Amino acid sequence: MELTGAEIAIRCLQEEGVEYVFGYPGGAVLFIYDALFNQEKVKHILVRHEQAAVHAADGYARSTDKVGVALVTSGPGVTNAVTGIATAYMDSIPMVVISGQVPTSYIGEDAFQEVDTVGITRPCVKHNFLVKDVNDIAITIKKAFYLAKSGRPGPVLVDIPKDISLAKATFEYPKTVSIRSYNPAQKAEMGALKHAVQLLLEAKRPMIYTGGGVILSEAAKPLTELVRLLGFPCTSTLMGLGGYPETDKQFLGMLGMHGTLEANMAMQNCDVLLAVGARFDDRVIGNVKHFGSVPRKIIHIDIDPASISKRVQVDVPLVGDVAHVLQDLLALLHSSRQKPDAAAMAPWWKQIEEWRGRNSSSFKNSIEVIKPQFVVQKLYEITRGEAFVTSDVGQHQMWAAQYYKFDQPRRWINSGGLGTMGFGLPAAMGVQLAHPGDTVACITGEGSIQMCIQELSTCKQFRLPIKVIALNNRYLGMVRQWQEFFHGNRYAESYMDALPDFVKLAEAYGHVGIRVDKPSEVEDALKEAFARKDDLVFMDFRTDPTENVFPMVPGGKGLSDVLMAEDI
Amino acid sequence: MRHIISLLMENEAGALSRVAGLFSARGYNIESLTVAPTEDETLSRMTIVTRGSDEIIEQITKQLNKLIEVVAVMDLTDGEHIERELMLVKVRAEGDAREEMKRMADIFRGRIIDVSDHTYTIELTGAGSKLDSFLQAIDRTLILETVRTGASGIGRGNRVLKL
Ligand SMILES: Cc1ncc(C[n+]2csc(CCOP(=O)(O)OP(=O)(O)O)c2C)c(N)n1
Repeated sequence: MELTGAEIAIRCLQEEGVEYVFGYPGGAVLFIYDALFNQEKVKHILVRHEQAAVHAADGYARSTDKVGVALVTSGPGVTNAVTGIATAYMDSIPMVVISGQVPTSYIGEDAFQEVDTVGITRPCVKHNFLVKDVNDIAITIKKAFYLAKSGRPGPVLVDIPKDISLAKATFEYPKTVSIRSYNPAQKAEMGALKHAVQLLLEAKRPMIYTGGGVILSEAAKPLTELVRLLGFPCTSTLMGLGGYPETDKQFLGMLGMHGTLEANMAMQNCDVLLAVGARFDDRVIGNVKHFGSVPRKIIHIDIDPASISKRVQVDVPLVGDVAHVLQDLLALLHSSRQKPDAAAMAPWWKQIEEWRGRNSSSFKNSIEVIKPQFVVQKLYEITRGEAFVTSDVGQHQMWAAQYYKFDQPRRWINSGGLGTMGFGLPAAMGVQLAHPGDTVACITGEGSIQMCIQELSTCKQFRLPIKVIALNNRYLGMVRQWQEFFHGNRYAESYMDALPDFVKLAEAYGHVGIRVDKPSEVEDALKEAFARKDDLVFMDFRTDPTENVFPMVPGGKGLSDVLMAEDI
Repeated sequence: MRHIISLLMENEAGALSRVAGLFSARGYNIESLTVAPTEDETLSRMTIVTRGSDEIIEQITKQLNKLIEVVAVMDLTDGEHIERELMLVKVRAEGDAREEMKRMADIFRGRIIDVSDHTYTIELTGAGSKLDSFLQAIDRTLILETVRTGASGIGRGNRVLKL
């Protein structure tokens, strides 16, 4: 039997086991919406802005091990989606975006709602396709899912012109697909693995530095086993939190611009560094020259050869899937006669404990004004560290990362690479849909939340009982902090005047709003909010407007140039 | 250092713009780029001449390899190779200069492929530096127009870039 291109597209999603499509309709995708309407397997979540559709698909993907799917119309639908796509691309999130396009015969004529979607999205997708023949839809979607999920994951876009979604073809979903020019490595070379093991066993001042690759490759288990077996200290980037249990004593906290003193100092001063699914980003190692000024051997596990020696020269590259490579390292370590030498590492640990003893991320609590860190601490206690936490971008994001201790992967959901304000709430929608019974909190700022606030409406429609924790400091706090430190306290356009009454706003959308002004009210308010299992509760915490995020390694500085709260 | 990078890629619409986009997005320079289908019509062969430190060239080849439509990448400058470029030059050729221009074309093993009362069009192939030398050797004021293809390159002997 012949099906229309639109029906084929939806059948493909069914075959891929897609539960949810996040989208927004429009002229170029009307046939696809028709095909969605006529079936029940794939559920559609109608967002209020295409950016949110992509962030929601992204949150869904990050909190599961699945591919997120978004559907948008041509022209403005696509341009609205671009921020979401770029966000997913920077963090290597598996995603398939299906976009409508004007009919093939109109392409290039500046037709109504035409944009060069393939051109606009090219730099921020792993790959994209324009389907020009209805017979190619099935194989293209198959390829899209395969590319999105395999190798270094990423968003893949499939652009379908309207006439192609109406044309007919017989449907057969390919069982397998291979792309001759695309063969991502799974396993690292044995020689390099052996060399790595030898370096690890001889290390006196070792350090393990983990990143988002651990989460993406489902490698938390072998990572934890390896860290414990070796007895090494371990740190994580913002993207890797939860890959190794944060409450474990071998964990030194997050590293980087707002990392702990002990993590940054150990990173800088180690003699052997094992980097696991992390890419030596500028927010992580600061100044490359300064980082390179101390000799150390670097072993780097990454599935993307282009990540190796991109910013920092690597001694032992282990190109392959993080989980596979870790397992191979474990096997070699288990069969080796030589064991890690705890005595040789003792002085190093002593030094680390000294750094740790300086309590670099402590803060002074107050009984007058709510400290944002305190709210996150209480949130952590009340949710027993088990919540899924999404965040937006700014100071609140850093406090969330610092004070919520993630012991499991895929619980901490934030936009690290692109740093997209507006990500938190829609991402939380995707997370909540993927985990209907679980607690989902969105830590946000009064600036960020307004970038996708319209999604409160989506949350109402689909009954998503997200807990929005707004750390409302009346400032674009992170901008204000930089202005305070580096721009002579000239707070250009970082004060947020004329803020809405968030309680009333939440109520207007049909939710519950709670305003919290005093430190003494924080705990009870959180308890009350989380007791409301079926409601979205918007919590407006009036926090200290002058609080800054510490420790801080200022941009361009080296990892040992740590600014602590008491320095200011 | 100057490098000549050869690549095979799927002969599909948009593949060229992915390569060009990669170079501009990452700030790599392109001195020249040539592309045409191969004897296997599903594949195109591209030659890119670029400059950069060893680290940058390593990144360029890795990033090119990462493009889904790129099938194979080779840095020709890693080994023995041959490089050729085609140039067409239209020059004013009148009076005494006409004979002189013919002589110069002969010295550089160029061929005159179009003649009018006042002009010659000369075809020249060779390494880019040879083409440069020709342009320097003739009277610059006589040059009306030049067209260059950019370098094409191939490995010597057993060095083959194939699927
Ligand atoms: C879309 C977008 N625009 C601008 C920025 C730059 N930026 C980074 S943090 C920040 C301030 C965020 O303010 P808020 O959400 O109130 O959080 P706070 O820092 O106060 O916790 C801004 C403007 C960004 N990251 N994303």
